[in-house]
Amino acid sequence: MTEAQFTRGIGLGLLKGLGVTLKTMLRPAVTVQYPHVKPDLPARTRGVIALKQENCTVCYKCARECPDWCIYIDAHKESHEPAGGGRARSAKILDRFAIDFALCMYCGICVEVCPFDALFWSPEFEYAEYDIDEMTHEMDRLESWTYSVLPPPPLEDGAEVPEEAAS
Amino acid sequence: MIAQSFVDDWVPAFWLALLLKTVLVVGFFLVVPLMVGYMEHKVLAHMQARLGPMEAGVFHGWAQLVADGVKFIQKEDVVPTAADRTVFSLAPGVALIPYIATLVVLPFGATVFAIDLDVGIFFVMAMASVGVIGVLMAGWSSANKFSLIGALRAAAQLIAYELPLVLAAAAVVMLAGTMSLVGIVEAQRDLWYVVPLLPMFVVFLIASVAELTRPPFDMPVADSEIIFGAYTEYTGLKFAFFLLAEYGGIVVMSGVMATLFLGGYLPLPGMSAIPAPLFMMGKIFALSFFIVWLRATYPRLREDQLQRFAWVGLVPFTLLFILLLSVAKVMF
Repeated sequence: MTEAQFTRGIGLGLLKGLGVTLKTMLRPAVTVQYPHVKPDLPARTRGVIALKQENCTVCYKCARECPDWCIYIDAHKESHEPAGGGRARSAKILDRFAIDFALCMYCGICVEVCPFDALFWSPEFEYAEYDIDEMTHEMDRLESWTYSVLPPPPLEDGAEVPEEAAS
Repeated sequence: MIAQSFVDDWVPAFWLALLLKTVLVVGFFLVVPLMVGYMEHKVLAHMQARLGPMEAGVFHGWAQLVADGVKFIQKEDVVPTAADRTVFSLAPGVALIPYIATLVVLPFGATVFAIDLDVGIFFVMAMASVGVIGVLMAGWSSANKFSLIGALRAAAQLIAYELPLVLAAAAVVMLAGTMSLVGIVEAQRDLWYVVPLLPMFVVFLIASVAELTRPPFDMPVADSEIIFGAYTEYTGLKFAFFLLAEYGGIVVMSGVMATLFLGGYLPLPGMSAIPAPLFMMGKIFALSFFIVWLRATYPRLREDQLQRFAWVGLVPFTLLFILLLSVAKVMF
């Protein structure tokens, strides 16, 4: 910018600046008054991880993939004889599923890796605690988060249809 | 002709009238700067697409500054070991009192003022420059290099901008033919001085923003360079005094500007049914709003730019204007 351009533009620029701030003042503020008004969070918000116990097959994939080792899984095997007779069938029963959110880094790998859709992201985020031990959510609590899971947002125009939906 | 205050009409006893005037002036000084401070919170916030304080006092955070005051009182009053204790403790008072003193002569109506001095505007200018001594005292006694730099910047700024300020006021005095503030207001009955003296109004506005060390001329407290200038070492009530002095300064300088250029307590045409003090208050708030608006809009100037602007720009310009004005005054 030359000296002449600078001096010519300076007065106008100062007025324009005043105009910008005045216009912004007359527009409604973007602030959301959080404790009084809950934020309208998008479906993909990484708030907390929810567990649908019925879907879990105790495959341990989530626990093994977790970079922080913050998922705890205990399970035992139960066998039962089928009513019509035959070989005893065994099933894995989930005893404990806990996520330590004090360790969790919200990477979402567990949600990605779960082959049976047992883990979901919920936009719920108000679970601060005074004691770090309380940050370990046991499976009842993880189950309760499933009620706040939002349906996935509609696909954008021209997006590739996912395999599951196409078949 | 010196006008008589309404207080003297009500209460003939001198000491009683003096007491009443003191209570009124100090009460005004404790309330209105807080209102301006609250306005700054809200206006600044909305100019940044925020809401500002919303919780204190339930309705739109109106009690925010009251809450701040209560908080400041609770804070520990720290005096640095190396500080000059007496000077350090005196400084907030020295910074605060000149503005209260200026308020004494500010007219809010044809009879609504504490006293009408025949050297009114001279008194105002003299008092307004005493405030910076408080800042210098604070900076020197804090035994802190940032405080000292801030104080020296404040002093340099005051010297630079006092000249255009006084010269702009001199133009008004030349037109009005009196230095009494009530006289100056009464001389504007036909035409507010902002019309014939528009350049001087702009100069006065810029110079008062600089004198108040408000953005964009806030180098004495430039927080990214020198923490908080002369106020760096202050805590609690003493710091609150400096803040009160800043907002009190905005009110007083807006009041002086309204008196000199915007017809003071004179009503807008066709609205003389509304009491005069309300007009004065309205003008004070409009000018305070403008000062806050500047803060929201412009970035801080550099120290050398500020000095250059005053000495190379404002001072010669006002001198030339005064010269032309005196020629015109003699000719017509």
